[in-house]
Amino acid sequence: MAYSEKVLDHYENPRNVGSFGKEEEGVATGMVGAPACGDVMKLQIKVGKDGVIEDAKFKTYGCGSAIASSSLVTEWVKGKTIDQALEIKNTQIAEELALPPVKIHCSILAEDAIKAAVADYKKKHTE
Amino acid sequence: MLKLPIYLDYSATTPVDPRVAEKMIPYLVEKFGNPASRSHAFGWEAEAAVEEAREEVARLVNADPKEIVWTSGATESDNLAIKGAVHFYSSKGKHVITVKTEHKAVLDTCRELERQGFEVTYLDVQENGLIDLDTFKAALRHDTILVSVMFVNNEIGVIQPIEEIGEICREKGIIFHVDAAQATGKVDIDLGKLKVDLMSFSAHKTYGPKGIGALYVRRKPRVRLESQMHGGGHERGFRSGTLPTHQIVGMGEAFRIAREEMAVENKRIGALRDRLLKGLSDIDHVFVNGDLEHRIPHNLNVSFAYVEGESMLMAIKDLAVSSGSACTSASLEPSYVLRALGRDDELAHSSIRFTLGRFNTEEEVDYAIKLLREKIGKLRELSPLWEMVQEGVDLNTVQWAAH
Repeated sequence: MAYSEKVLDHYENPRNVGSFGKEEEGVATGMVGAPACGDVMKLQIKVGKDGVIEDAKFKTYGCGSAIASSSLVTEWVKGKTIDQALEIKNTQIAEELALPPVKIHCSILAEDAIKAAVADYKKKHTE
Repeated sequence: MLKLPIYLDYSATTPVDPRVAEKMIPYLVEKFGNPASRSHAFGWEAEAAVEEAREEVARLVNADPKEIVWTSGATESDNLAIKGAVHFYSSKGKHVITVKTEHKAVLDTCRELERQGFEVTYLDVQENGLIDLDTFKAALRHDTILVSVMFVNNEIGVIQPIEEIGEICREKGIIFHVDAAQATGKVDIDLGKLKVDLMSFSAHKTYGPKGIGALYVRRKPRVRLESQMHGGGHERGFRSGTLPTHQIVGMGEAFRIAREEMAVENKRIGALRDRLLKGLSDIDHVFVNGDLEHRIPHNLNVSFAYVEGESMLMAIKDLAVSSGSACTSASLEPSYVLRALGRDDELAHSSIRFTLGRFNTEEEVDYAIKLLREKIGKLRELSPLWEMVQEGVDLNTVQWAAH
């Protein structure tokens, strides 16, 4: 399968790979997908006291497009408030990476990962 | 000097051996006659070449040349054998047995038979990819008319117990078809001993050209087929269509070389495969798929746990290998063959098939080992599953949000 240059770039040089300590202040985690489906994404955000995402990290089990999609959203969420982050849509991700139709589910998964991470943050901070 | 990418996908197809190509060329240019032309020397010359090639194909498998019917390849041979026999013998019964790990050319043909009203049993295999003979016997019915089992599996390279299955089928008077596309030149095939009635062959898996194959149709006891291609009555009515002389000459030469060189070649290739396996075996969580003993020496199918197959292929693009089989690699489904072994989906998604062949070298294998070791490390660093396993999480206990 031919990949776009942007997918290849993120795949070869993934941004923000890694994990935060689970107990770190302001850290929330979104884990989506399933091994049986061939994709698992873990997106972590680190939110400052002002509600702005200061940093993000990811790890992804999946194809090149899945890795690129999650790498891209770690870049995009940084500097956004958690509500702004929720506005990132899978279509924007797919467009930016020029994903072919069979890989659209990778961008959907990346959007879901943001939602899951934000939901985790809100859960931790309303208690 | 090492030339990249390195071809390690010989079960998808093989290059035409230069000796084969050389023998084919005159039959395109000067010796172009139609082998069915009986009225002049051009036809006679082409016919002689076709018959010489038929003898070579027959010799590799110890058959009579009269039992060899030319086709366009193993897919056509499978279709002709299965549909042809089942249609001819449909008054005797309507049940067919095959195996879940067969090639699509057999499975889809059986699906078509089901649409026509036949009943098909798709046998499970054991964890090692082999058929359990008791399971097979239990599946036999009084109205079973055909059994189709591949000799060598295309994805995991395991060798099915063809001799034993043949004995059982013959005893019960059931037609036995074997797809041997992946077996020629790799395992000894003696149709004088094996109780096989129909056997499919392909040229391009054995260093011959694409677009040519053959079907062995036993004469004693005689097996009848309803032809699937009608026309000029070529190949004794089994398969009409002008014979492609150059392709046939190529297949004959390829099978001659296989017969003469396979013993030595398979030792060399087996040593390369073992070298590859050894080079990977101390990596954590690497699993060989399929039985290692009852297996052709050319094949190594491994799952690198916690690394997804497609991303692995991207990382090792200097190696021409496949994830699953070439016929399914365009889809996102994990290999149905590995699923049939009972591999869980994660491992089925993580499998890579290496198939070695005539032109691979030790230097190439060493390069592959080095590259794989490096990239597996990188991809596992990226894998949340690997991280969880390192933390001691049992992935089977995790509640996944399936999508």
